[in-house]
Amino acid sequence: MTHLDADVLIIGAGGAGMYAAIAAARADAERVLLLDKSLVGRGGATIMAQMTVAAALGEESDDDCGLHLADTLEAGRGLCDATLASVLCEEAPARIREMGEWQVGWARRDGGRIAQVTAPGHSRPRCCYVDFLNTGPAVAATLRRQVSRIDAIRRLSNLTVTDLVVSEGAVIGAVALDAASGEPVTIAAAATIVATGGLTRIYRRNSASANMGGDGYALALAAGAELVDMEFVQFFPIGHLAPRLVGMDPIMWDPFRYKLGGRLLDGAGNEFLARYGSDETDAYTTPRDIASHAITKEVAAGRGSPHGGVYLSFEHIPAADLRQAFGPVIERLARNGIDLARAPVEVSPIAHYHMGGIAVDARMATRVPGLYAAGEAVGGANGANRLSGNAIPEALVFGERAGRFAAAGKPAARWNASAAGQAVERIRRLAEGRSGEIAAAALLDELRALMWDDVGPLRTAAGLERALARIGEMRAALPEVAIAPGRECNASLADGFELSASLVAAEAVTRAALARRESRGAHQREDFPASNPKLAKSGLVSMEAGRVAARAGA
Amino acid sequence: MKMARLSVRRGTGAAPARYEEFTVPFEDGATVLDALIWVRAHRDPSLAIRYSCINANVCKECTIAVDGKVVYACTTRLVADRAMTLDPLPGKRRLRDLVTETRPPRERLK
Repeated sequence: MTHLDADVLIIGAGGAGMYAAIAAARADAERVLLLDKSLVGRGGATIMAQMTVAAALGEESDDDCGLHLADTLEAGRGLCDATLASVLCEEAPARIREMGEWQVGWARRDGGRIAQVTAPGHSRPRCCYVDFLNTGPAVAATLRRQVSRIDAIRRLSNLTVTDLVVSEGAVIGAVALDAASGEPVTIAAAATIVATGGLTRIYRRNSASANMGGDGYALALAAGAELVDMEFVQFFPIGHLAPRLVGMDPIMWDPFRYKLGGRLLDGAGNEFLARYGSDETDAYTTPRDIASHAITKEVAAGRGSPHGGVYLSFEHIPAADLRQAFGPVIERLARNGIDLARAPVEVSPIAHYHMGGIAVDARMATRVPGLYAAGEAVGGANGANRLSGNAIPEALVFGERAGRFAAAGKPAARWNASAAGQAVERIRRLAEGRSGEIAAAALLDELRALMWDDVGPLRTAAGLERALARIGEMRAALPEVAIAPGRECNASLADGFELSASLVAAEAVTRAALARRESRGAHQREDFPASNPKLAKSGLVSMEAGRVAARAGA
Repeated sequence: MKMARLSVRRGTGAAPARYEEFTVPFEDGATVLDALIWVRAHRDPSLAIRYSCINANVCKECTIAVDGKVVYACTTRLVADRAMTLDPLPGKRRLRDLVTETRPPRERLK
């Protein structure tokens, strides 16, 4: 069996993981191991980001970090972890300028200033981007290039971490499945960073890549860490719904709303946002949580578009303005049969980002010695609703901190191979294959529908209880899930591990949602439609003997 | 309901390979990757295909040959009127089915 040793092990090689690797190497870690279950720098959410990156650079206004923080706290509806939010806003400019020095290609004005636009919820023009719709791919490519230049960083693709290894109360490494061979791999690490992103793949309508199934939350919980704010899943309000669009991320409409406005219309062609307290007469200003709620209510009331969303129309914009704003995207849309001058498109809320996540301090350390987290996997910085543009800076800032502090920490406990024994045996046993009638991929589909219907943008106690009951049945059925024979690149083996982790993540969201008996930000309860000022505290989720438990904030 | 047919090259490593035919539901606008994901959920969970971003055309992981032409499965539209032939990326070592060794050498365990 392959065994690897690392000073710093990083699980997940998106923006946060790659930055953590760079920072760990800078802090003199000699053996940095960067794993991804997909391909390094290609899986994950960072590369999917088409939008903007918020940082108080002050290139276009009198902006400063305090103003960015005030906007972040306001958007978070009273729930942001002020320490994490401050770190995010204070350190974002340094990270964004560093990316600029690394030639990421931020869009610039004549004269060389970095262009900054005003996204909804921001009081200043603060959001940088790479044209056209290329922010995430450019950030990912830039970090891949930097990582590949550092000898101390070893990169490994197609390794799926199935368990963290705990000994004497500390995380001492991990056990992974090597997809190519189907064999287990043990990894001893003085410090381990979970940078696996969020969990939006557990929702039927999502903007996630394949590996956003929430496995980092399951890993952290099982190792003894706590999760915070798990009920707050951000539903991006205007995800593309119809006509079918291929080759583009479904959240691609937002930048064009910044530039052109655009009108949201119900199925009969009438504007409706004003009824939910938002005035878009002059500009695109509706925060994400309010827009998602308004659209979901319209659809539930039978006023939606044919595919169950609403219309987004640019028909009133002159063709020349459309061409200037959309650039080459106009041709890509035409290949999908979309002509914005002639017809609206259908849009719907879509699971886009997870505000909740692993509870950490300002060093990105969890309560478990040896275990850190970074990026979207971290909870708390964004409270009940994330500001547009705060996700990429979170990846970079928290990644940098996690790498730096993980490299500086002392090993919490020595490697102990017997502590990895059960996890190794589980991989070996499952890789033998298992006959059964239940396909993991089919159960994952069912879980996504269940989460969308009962733990989605509109929630009730009855729906949440129904979801919990079914999630419990699915967890109980895990030993009967079929695994196809053949160790090499066995997709059904990978699906089995994903299902197991996704069910834990789903249960964490559902239990947290049930515990919050009010509506706030992205968490909307039809049975408790108002916010309760007494409940402006973050709740926590933990695991005891395999059981997921949520408790309200104190 | 309209259906589409896929003839998929199956096999592991250097072992002999064969084509296996799958019939999948056809919807307007659906892609070859949609069809392969459907097969995995409803017909054969072991069918191996590499993909990550699913539909955004950014990760470039799902490169395969469709009817002899190298394409991304996620942006190639499914057709209903004839069988489509799916092969692994030519010129790369096959790992299993449609998965080839596309990892940079330094990102491999062995």
